[in-house]
Amino acid sequence: MAKAKQIILDPLSDNNPITIQVLGICSALAVTVKLETAAVMCLALTSVLVLSNVIISLLRKAIPAKIRMIVEMCVIATLVIIADQLLKAYLFDVSRQLSVFVGLIITNCIVMGRAEAFALQNPPLPSLLDGLGNGLGYSVILISVATIRELIGSGALYGVRVLPESYMGNGLAMLAPGAFIIIGLLIWAQRTAIKKFETD
Amino acid sequence: MPRDDLKTIGFAAVICVVCSLLLSTTASTLRERQAMNVELDRKINVLKAFGVPVEDKEGKTIAADEVERYFSDHISEILLEKATGNVLEGKTSADIPKDERKAKKVADKTILPLYVWKDDGKTTKYAFPVSGQGLWSTIYGYCALDSSAKEVVGVTFYDHAETPGLGGECSAEWFQSQFSGKIIWADGTLYPITVVKGDAGDNPHAVDGITGATMTGNGIQIFLRNDLEAYDKYFSKVRGG
Repeated sequence: MAKAKQIILDPLSDNNPITIQVLGICSALAVTVKLETAAVMCLALTSVLVLSNVIISLLRKAIPAKIRMIVEMCVIATLVIIADQLLKAYLFDVSRQLSVFVGLIITNCIVMGRAEAFALQNPPLPSLLDGLGNGLGYSVILISVATIRELIGSGALYGVRVLPESYMGNGLAMLAPGAFIIIGLLIWAQRTAIKKFETD
Repeated sequence: MPRDDLKTIGFAAVICVVCSLLLSTTASTLRERQAMNVELDRKINVLKAFGVPVEDKEGKTIAADEVERYFSDHISEILLEKATGNVLEGKTSADIPKDERKAKKVADKTILPLYVWKDDGKTTKYAFPVSGQGLWSTIYGYCALDSSAKEVVGVTFYDHAETPGLGGECSAEWFQSQFSGKIIWADGTLYPITVVKGDAGDNPHAVDGITGATMTGNGIQIFLRNDLEAYDKYFSKVRGG
């Protein structure tokens, strides 16, 4: 039980996929202009990650070592395309704003990384928890970045205006460089907080 | 061939078949719903250009059956021959050649679709699709004119991939709402709407540009002019008669 808790909690802070492992930065920059898109992206990534981890883990004894990565890609790509199709059918507006970035979950290093590093060696249940933990770890950062960007960039939160109308909005926060700076600051803050530094 | 290789090929084949079956099932189950979404979005934007309030107070978009009701009660679609501006009687949008339907520029079209809004049998507004190159992407939208074809009722831009927060603001309410009431025809001359840097003031033929998105504004100005000129062969007849 203690181990299960650790599998889930570890990626939230001490081994966060974005701030510690620095994976999945591309989508963290692209879809965090608004909270709504970021939230849907987090949901999509977490579902894909959990399912791919479980499926790879179930197949782990059968997958021939030679085509291991291709099989992983195949499973992940299938899941991502299904997620994208579902969004287009049921959350049309959001899916248009996310545009190519749902499809790009296929190339998100977190999904492939967890399949390789965890699901291939562990049974389905821990793999499920690992997927969930890493998905949440990704989501925590995405939501934080989106909150900061939407608030500074357009004076709103989840599409609802919170700052007075006289606030013009900051263009830098809306653009990728703004996200880059915010993520950089978050990485710095988190690494200082848990005292994890790259020595060498 | 060694046993291991056979097993590898077999495994790969099974994975491929399972994955492709899953994908084709998903795609064919959802296709209808997705097409419906695209069509509904297009229709909502026609309504928006016509000045119909498409959002309630909480910002929720109106329901699909209400959109359909507006279309069946008020709107009919006619086709114009671009070269002459004449109405092509008895033809429907199914007669538009396939490669023209998603044409980016009006220059690539030979048949122009036009939506006519009628109140109690009397034509009060016209709307037509506008599209062209912005900075990064093709911007699609609709432009509506009043029954005299001299004044803009509304303009919407709905499909584009401009920079969010900059050129992407072209689909924002504050930018689009500026177009309504602008005059495009005065004293026998066509005045296409210009997108100016800074403040357009009370210029009846211009709107404020978007800060930091001069190129998007220029693009919009150019394709609005091209589209207006193309449709003017028809509208000049409306004004004349």
